[in-house]
Amino acid sequence: MCGIAGLFLKNRSLEPELGAMTASMLSVLTDRGPDSAGFAIYGASVPGHVKFSVRGPADFDFDALAGRFEAVVTRHDDHAVISVPEGHAAVFQAAIAGHKELGLVASGSRMELFKGTGLPDDVTKRFGLARMSGSHAIGHTRMATESAVTTAGAHPFSTGPDQCLVHNGSLSNHNDIRRFLERERMSFETRNDSEVAAGFLSWKLREGAKLDEALTSALGTLDGFYTFVVGTESGFGVLRDPVACKPAVMAETDDYVAFGSEYRAMADLPGISRAHLFEPEPAKVYFWERPA
Amino acid sequence: MRPALKPADDSHAVRFDLTTQTLRELNAALAALPANTNQTSWHVRNPRGEHAIAVGVTVPVAISIDGPVGYYCAGMNDGADITILGNAGPGVAENMMSGTVHVMGDASQAAGATAHGGLLIIEGNASARCGISMKGVDIVVKGSVGHMSAFMAQSGNLVVLGDTGEALGDSLYEAKIFVRGIPASLGADCEEKNVTEADVSLLVDLLKRAGVEAEPREFKLYGSARKLYQFHVDNAGAY
Repeated sequence: MCGIAGLFLKNRSLEPELGAMTASMLSVLTDRGPDSAGFAIYGASVPGHVKFSVRGPADFDFDALAGRFEAVVTRHDDHAVISVPEGHAAVFQAAIAGHKELGLVASGSRMELFKGTGLPDDVTKRFGLARMSGSHAIGHTRMATESAVTTAGAHPFSTGPDQCLVHNGSLSNHNDIRRFLERERMSFETRNDSEVAAGFLSWKLREGAKLDEALTSALGTLDGFYTFVVGTESGFGVLRDPVACKPAVMAETDDYVAFGSEYRAMADLPGISRAHLFEPEPAKVYFWERPA
Repeated sequence: MRPALKPADDSHAVRFDLTTQTLRELNAALAALPANTNQTSWHVRNPRGEHAIAVGVTVPVAISIDGPVGYYCAGMNDGADITILGNAGPGVAENMMSGTVHVMGDASQAAGATAHGGLLIIEGNASARCGISMKGVDIVVKGSVGHMSAFMAQSGNLVVLGDTGEALGDSLYEAKIFVRGIPASLGADCEEKNVTEADVSLLVDLLKRAGVEAEPREFKLYGSARKLYQFHVDNAGAY
């Protein structure tokens, strides 16, 4: 069992509330996943910069590291979001790789990604989710089944710029797909099945597929149980396996599209009593794009 | 058009508000009702998608729940008339024995699973595995149902006004399935049957009880071909 919460805003006036809405949804989903939690949130970009979400020890001096690259650091507990001028991004990433005590969580122009072990409320409070704003957010509460309860094993997984995936379920052919993707120069941080699903979609996107095309391709390639919610810089997608073992409820209003593993997670969203509530169909690709 | 999702007049009802009272208090109060109770009308407000609302009721009371519910709402119902003014989560009315459960919106997976009796009416769609292993319940779905519906259904009747997903009636025993729309595919050992006058009478009664105006001759009937292992006389000794 795991819990998924996703919000994609259509009404930009709600953007300052996005973090608080997402935190409240994740809190309700604690009993579906008390091991660990995480979220990706798509906020404002810093023109000409790449955002790196990095985690490291409490005493690590991120400012000293960032200073070498004219970068700006925002600290969130054991994570830091570091905005690096595009010209320095490749060198900065190499510098991160050189620090064994640091982990690169994600990068992109808008996405910031945080995850950790512990109860969802504790995790979201540590990172200050309730104060964050943005256009869309995807969160997860994990009850581990396939791999260890570690920060790296928490969701979301990011395997490409501004791309993230959360998963409820378990895959059965992930080792095979991982071997294929490694030959395609994709790299993986864990032995987790969900990270392979994220990697597969990132590979399809890298090869030029649109988000809906990548999700359609996943239907034919990934074997197992899954409800996925995925994010890109401008998009938000949902996919369930053809057997649809894992729960999913969606709500759509003029203001937002929301995803919850259960309706309970959406009960406090504004205007929910007038929302179009539906269960996403098995093996059907759902996606929404944000107008540029 | 679906009926408007308005709570009924509850001036005489026992009111329960799940924002100020607990689910356990509600279910305990319902479980404590004697068979001859005069508290025959109950109104549950703010269900907020909670699980297991109004489960195990054994007395003939009317319960109106004014919003979406989570898993197993009205499970094991034995005699109550339960109305859900919203969507229902997985397993609504699972193992119902008697009474009526009326979902005014959509139902999630496994609606009416293993139910022995009573009537389950779903105004919208039901998703996968509707009526799985049903054992005597009558289910009327005014929309469509998902894949593997009536899987291993043993007895009772499933009426679907819309279409069905794949593998309808897989490994079916003696339940009858009436479908007005188109099944995506039939499951193992499920086949179309000739419709007798008795079948038409049965369907007319079911449609009437569910408040549906539909032409019974537009429905096709599906049932068991009785060719699987457990139906073969050579295997009788194994039981």
